[in-house]
Amino acid sequence: MKVLIAKPGLDGHDRGAKVVAQALRDAGVEVVYTGLKRTPEEIVQAAIQEDVDVVGLSVLSGAHLVLSRRVIDGLRAHGATEVRVVVGGIIPPRDIEELLRLGVARAFPMGTPLPEIVKAFKGSV
Amino acid sequence: MKEIRAHAGFPIKPVYGPEDLADVDFERDIGHPGEYPFTRGIHTRMYRERLWTMRQYVGFGTPNETNDRFKYLMAHGQDALNVAFDLPTQLGLDSDDPRAEGEVGRVGMAIDTLADMEDAFAGIPLDRVSVSLTINGMAAPITAMYYAVAEKQGAAADRVVTTPQNDILKEFIARGTWIYPVDPSLRLVADLIEFSARHYPRSNPVSVCGYHIREAGCTTAQEMAYGLLIAAAYVELMLARGLPVDDFAPRISFNFTAWGKIFEEVAKFRAGRRLYARMLRERFGATNPRSWMFRTLIGGGGSAFAVQEPENNIVRGAYIALAAALSGAQTMALPTYDEAYTIPSAKAQLIALRTMQICAEESGAADTVDPLAGSYYVEALTRAMEAQILEEMAHVERLGGIVEAVKSGAIQAEVARQAYRFEQRLVSGEIPKVAANCHIGDAPAEPDREVELYAFDPKVAAAQVTRLERTRRDRDRGAVARALGRIRDEARGTTNLIYPIMEAVKAYATLGELARAMRDVFGEHKEPVKF
Repeated sequence: MKVLIAKPGLDGHDRGAKVVAQALRDAGVEVVYTGLKRTPEEIVQAAIQEDVDVVGLSVLSGAHLVLSRRVIDGLRAHGATEVRVVVGGIIPPRDIEELLRLGVARAFPMGTPLPEIVKAFKGSV
Repeated sequence: MKEIRAHAGFPIKPVYGPEDLADVDFERDIGHPGEYPFTRGIHTRMYRERLWTMRQYVGFGTPNETNDRFKYLMAHGQDALNVAFDLPTQLGLDSDDPRAEGEVGRVGMAIDTLADMEDAFAGIPLDRVSVSLTINGMAAPITAMYYAVAEKQGAAADRVVTTPQNDILKEFIARGTWIYPVDPSLRLVADLIEFSARHYPRSNPVSVCGYHIREAGCTTAQEMAYGLLIAAAYVELMLARGLPVDDFAPRISFNFTAWGKIFEEVAKFRAGRRLYARMLRERFGATNPRSWMFRTLIGGGGSAFAVQEPENNIVRGAYIALAAALSGAQTMALPTYDEAYTIPSAKAQLIALRTMQICAEESGAADTVDPLAGSYYVEALTRAMEAQILEEMAHVERLGGIVEAVKSGAIQAEVARQAYRFEQRLVSGEIPKVAANCHIGDAPAEPDREVELYAFDPKVAAAQVTRLERTRRDRDRGAVARALGRIRDEARGTTNLIYPIMEAVKAYATLGELARAMRDVFGEHKEPVKF
């Protein structure tokens, strides 16, 4: 399986993204990391070009709803509906349902144990 | 017996005694408070003469909302401000820029023009209140706006005390609000230091941050090592411009964290103070004792906290405050217990402020200077920490120095590697976290219903854009265009850019316009992506 770990928007906190990327790599997953401050459009392009199974978005700025929606809409517009999207970061509990409604497969709010995240990815979320 | 290690990596013994201090020379290594090498603190009487400054990090929504919160905290005894800006502001984007969607007023207040800055500080006398500005890539224009507001308020330049963070190297390593490539970014740092040294002698034009690098995952020793190397890099920049070291070094300040093991943190600061003093005096030849002083904010760090049972974070905050007091902080700021969920509520901010006040007034930690001095453990730990910091510094020098290691991404990769190791140690339980990996109760991993969370108001962006449009309409367009042209011209040369930036700011140029003018000449940083 192949995963794109992505940092959409303006948030510069990449600790979580890089920790998850390293854990997935150690678990035998092929991982591509976008680096900081990618637009949703760039992330959609990268997901299609790299032919990934899962896109993991990391957002700690509070802009997770807007950014997730734009990535999911972009994937749909390109017919890449089989690509699953998960979101991690500072996600208030009240937003999790909304993320799932937008089409996010799983949300990993702050504090989710690393093994649980890896297991979810390996089980294809 | 279970092995216990410091966060810096070395083992902690079950007992320490006089034999552990055999090679410690009292005069050389410890000395007296307020005297070189300042191991025991930079002032002779420390908190007996002046308590640490309490400076919670605040800012959200529009400048008017932030102004209200500033006044709320000041009414409860906070004596200085620490301003948070939203991400579009930190990255030089106007609030109506498409890339700013969803981010306006989120993690700090939105600033588009000088008009916003005037609102943010309305009724706050800038010749009496000291203000930290958490701004880096855009430090030059935002600080110029701050100076302009102070001038409009009629504050004398030599009474304006502001601390723009202006530490771009740590942004490349850890916090991510870089814009331009490394070299022009460093020029802007130096321009602001030079301008401030000439015109605003009491401002602290750079606050070197180990804090964010630690938050990104590095160890305690690396936090101090990288901070000292970054400070040295800025000193070298200024010396290369021909500024005498004692003209600017007294105004260099620091921003560090103190979460985790209390005694290790105290040792980190005691070791850091003497290493910095020696570096400034012996390597850079500073002769003014104020140039040798490691003046620092000591704060928390949200990574100390847990999302599980968030009220426990109030207790963690109290230990951080204690560690900061025992470490000899000049300024303190604590993370709030709700940080893992959202930006702080007013209640959470007040509890953090009260925590510092309780530490100051009730705990006795402020009664005497460096109360842990002479402890077999703390003195031995200070030695061990000093050795470890020096080793980490030597490692970066082998990578070509801090600036090269930032450009290549080597240091970012090391921090990411440490963050992963830390996470593995949390998973294994080697680093305990109550209610997260040990003593796990039946409590669900969600906030108690009693935890009142700050609710972001989506109308903020619309209000901010309306205001921006009005400012754009009302200003002298010719003056703006001329000032921006001057920035472009001078960016190509080597003169100090703060002068044309100041002119543009006063003409109500937007932050987006200012950033673009410089981007046209400097280009953008390409992140070396390594993990």
